[in-house]
Amino acid sequence: MSYQEVSAFAQTYGLLYLFGLFVIVVAYALWPRNKDKFNDAANIPFEKETNNGQH
Amino acid sequence: MYLLWIAFAIIGSVVGVLVSAKAQDQGMMIHGMIFLGASVLAAFALISRHYSSRPAVVVEPGGVNYNVDIVKAGVIASTLWGVIGFVAGLFIALQLAFPVLNFDLPWTSFGRLRPLHTSAVIFAFGGNVLLATSFHVVQRTCRTRLAGHYAPWFVFWGYQLFIVLAATGYVLGITQSKEYAEPEWYVDLWLAIVWVTYLLVFLATLWKRQEKHIYVANWFYLAFIVTIAMLHIVNNLSMPVSLTGAKSYSLFSGVQDALTQWWYGHNAVGFFLTAGFLGIMYYFIPKRANRPVYSYRLSIIHFWALIFLYIWAGPHHLHYTALPDWSQTLGMTFSIMLWMPSWGGMINGLMTLSGAWDKLRTDPVIRFLVTSVAFYGMSTFEGPLMSIKAVNSLSHYTDWTVGHVHSGALGWVAYVSFGALYFLVPVLWNRKSLYSDKLVNLHFWISTLGILLYITSMWVSGILQGLMWRAYDSLGFLEYSFSETVEAMHPFYVIRALGGVLFVIGSLIMAYNIWRTIRGDVRQSEADSLVVNAEYAMGK
Amino acid sequence: MFSHKVIEKNSILMLVLTLLTVSIGGIVEIAPLFYLESTIEKVKGMRPYTPLELAGRNIYIREGCYNCHSQMIRPLRDEAERYGHYSLAAESMYDHPFQWGSKRTGPDLARVGGRYSDEWHVTHMRNPREVVPESVMPGYPFLAETELRVADIAADLKANRAVGVPYTDEMIEKAAEDMLTQLNPDADGVDEFMERYPKAMVRDFDLNPDKVSELDALIAYLQMLGTLVDFTSYDPETSKR
Repeated sequence: MSYQEVSAFAQTYGLLYLFGLFVIVVAYALWPRNKDKFNDAANIPFEKETNNGQH
Repeated sequence: MYLLWIAFAIIGSVVGVLVSAKAQDQGMMIHGMIFLGASVLAAFALISRHYSSRPAVVVEPGGVNYNVDIVKAGVIASTLWGVIGFVAGLFIALQLAFPVLNFDLPWTSFGRLRPLHTSAVIFAFGGNVLLATSFHVVQRTCRTRLAGHYAPWFVFWGYQLFIVLAATGYVLGITQSKEYAEPEWYVDLWLAIVWVTYLLVFLATLWKRQEKHIYVANWFYLAFIVTIAMLHIVNNLSMPVSLTGAKSYSLFSGVQDALTQWWYGHNAVGFFLTAGFLGIMYYFIPKRANRPVYSYRLSIIHFWALIFLYIWAGPHHLHYTALPDWSQTLGMTFSIMLWMPSWGGMINGLMTLSGAWDKLRTDPVIRFLVTSVAFYGMSTFEGPLMSIKAVNSLSHYTDWTVGHVHSGALGWVAYVSFGALYFLVPVLWNRKSLYSDKLVNLHFWISTLGILLYITSMWVSGILQGLMWRAYDSLGFLEYSFSETVEAMHPFYVIRALGGVLFVIGSLIMAYNIWRTIRGDVRQSEADSLVVNAEYAMGK
Repeated sequence: MFSHKVIEKNSILMLVLTLLTVSIGGIVEIAPLFYLESTIEKVKGMRPYTPLELAGRNIYIREGCYNCHSQMIRPLRDEAERYGHYSLAAESMYDHPFQWGSKRTGPDLARVGGRYSDEWHVTHMRNPREVVPESVMPGYPFLAETELRVADIAADLKANRAVGVPYTDEMIEKAAEDMLTQLNPDADGVDEFMERYPKAMVRDFDLNPDKVSELDALIAYLQMLGTLVDFTSYDPETSKR
């Protein structure tokens, strides 16, 4: 495999892959249905007397 | 399980005896004996612990019997190693200003003590802070006791043994000369065993958690542990000259070895000194400020973007070298992109305080934590800047790099660690507050002044030396000889050492404050105004 | 309650995803260096270190010289004038590990070979400030007094061969002998030694013929740094990386 082939691959599929990964992460983080889940998660460090050990 | 650990200790003793008896060199003999001593101590501790009866722990209904002792041990070890590492740094800073302090002896020369300093602060101080805080955070956010009975203690003591072997090795001249990976093959092997156990303890705790979600701080800790395992193993692949000798030759050579090393070196910064300590930020800032992190969603993007981008940035340590250009360009591009997730994380940390900014004034521990995030922002801006090839051609090989590293190491890593330690001590020993908040305040200001002296002097000396190296006179000749540029550094080396003195004094104040807090003392003149430990007030 | 299995999967999933994410960068950047032929230039003159030079290199590593001295000249005008031709990847192809360094508290040493006399080096290693008053380098007076370990150098050559350095059986067999031969121009085996290691310098480097010292080895190493590649036959275009 020559350097040119490697770099051509990186500049097309590599770029698409990176962009795809980024979109997936952002979509997961901003998906409206996940909102409550993340709000709950953000409160984990604080003791919750009511649902300790229960979910 | 108990018998397995005993067997392990016995095997360790046998290995220690064999190695020291057959050793090819003095260093290996000493290390064999240290290993033997540690194994015997471990066996003794295991037996005495097994036969001593202890009262059963009473846990309230719904409460969890957390493993507090291991975190306490980590806090004490961090404090001690911190002071040792800072003093070592001060000493080598003084050697650069006053070379007579090398004493012309092998064991005290700068070349052997510099790795001692870097390992003591990164692996001994930073590593113990990460061990202690990760064990604390994973238990609390999973609401379950740390997994394993003996395993966590093996991780703790095994890690201390690694530090002792590494440090004594440097002084004896045992090094493989790869920066931040200097320990030789057998010490690397030992660390790999300890580290995999650490990973298993951490994972097993996650597996038995009583919370649905894995809190984001644990993501950062997990990424730190597993990535360091990968980096450590690959970068240290080598061929020992003899199984009873210290010396080995790296599996890779020249350009491949250089890139492997800086792939390791940069990601030691990225995953040990950044991801791990971001785990601290994401737990301790919300806890101390008593409000959830500013944006949990941002933290998710922060995590994935950071770990993805960081791993590519290593080649920026090799700009303009014999490394192929495509690799340098790739490293530069990703280093610049890294600026975005870094600042996303910084904003997330800082904005957690929004609505409670007055705590910056009233709570010196919050001040440490928040200032650390500000320094994180500063050095993650400076880093991408220095990775630009044109800037790097000036900054590389100079003190600018040293200053940059220390703005991250002192300002970010050490400050977020100090904040976490000050938070943890009253919680772990169940004290109502620290011994003194005023001493925390004094520590803060004295060490901040120290850091400012350090990084400003290194900026000036670095840029000055970089410019002197490339200065031409009117006839087109190089204007300065190398030795003239060395001479010009002297005043800045003195100022830097002064900054180091202040930082060391600050750490001694902290050690004193922590010691008095553990003893249960409260400084009477401040008794009414101390920030109260929230977990104590909850009536535990 | 929740199912334990799903959660275990989640933390393992996270572990796997993390490992995948962090592996990609390393694989894409490092792996091509091993198989792209353009990484290392084709040059004339490179050879493995002589046993004495290798021993000297190990002392250089042991004393942590890399903390303050680079061995990597960048292709910048001032560096070419100060230190010489920029460093080639081929010049460190037998370096396990590499010694490029990251800081120049002292000057670059990639081409220090032949720039100073042995006498200068002997004095400089004993007390750097005797020859360079501004120097902040530690003194190494103990090197001249420490006996060099000769007997077990063959094992070092073997280990180097195991990681790819082309030491021959003959080189390994004669390693200890070669080490002493390089210090003695009157020795019988000098011609053979020179055939095995072209361009090697044969003399008593520490100026003390009564002792085979660590200083002998270190100076032998410093004096050969950057002297191997034949730049008269080197053309950046045809041997391009």
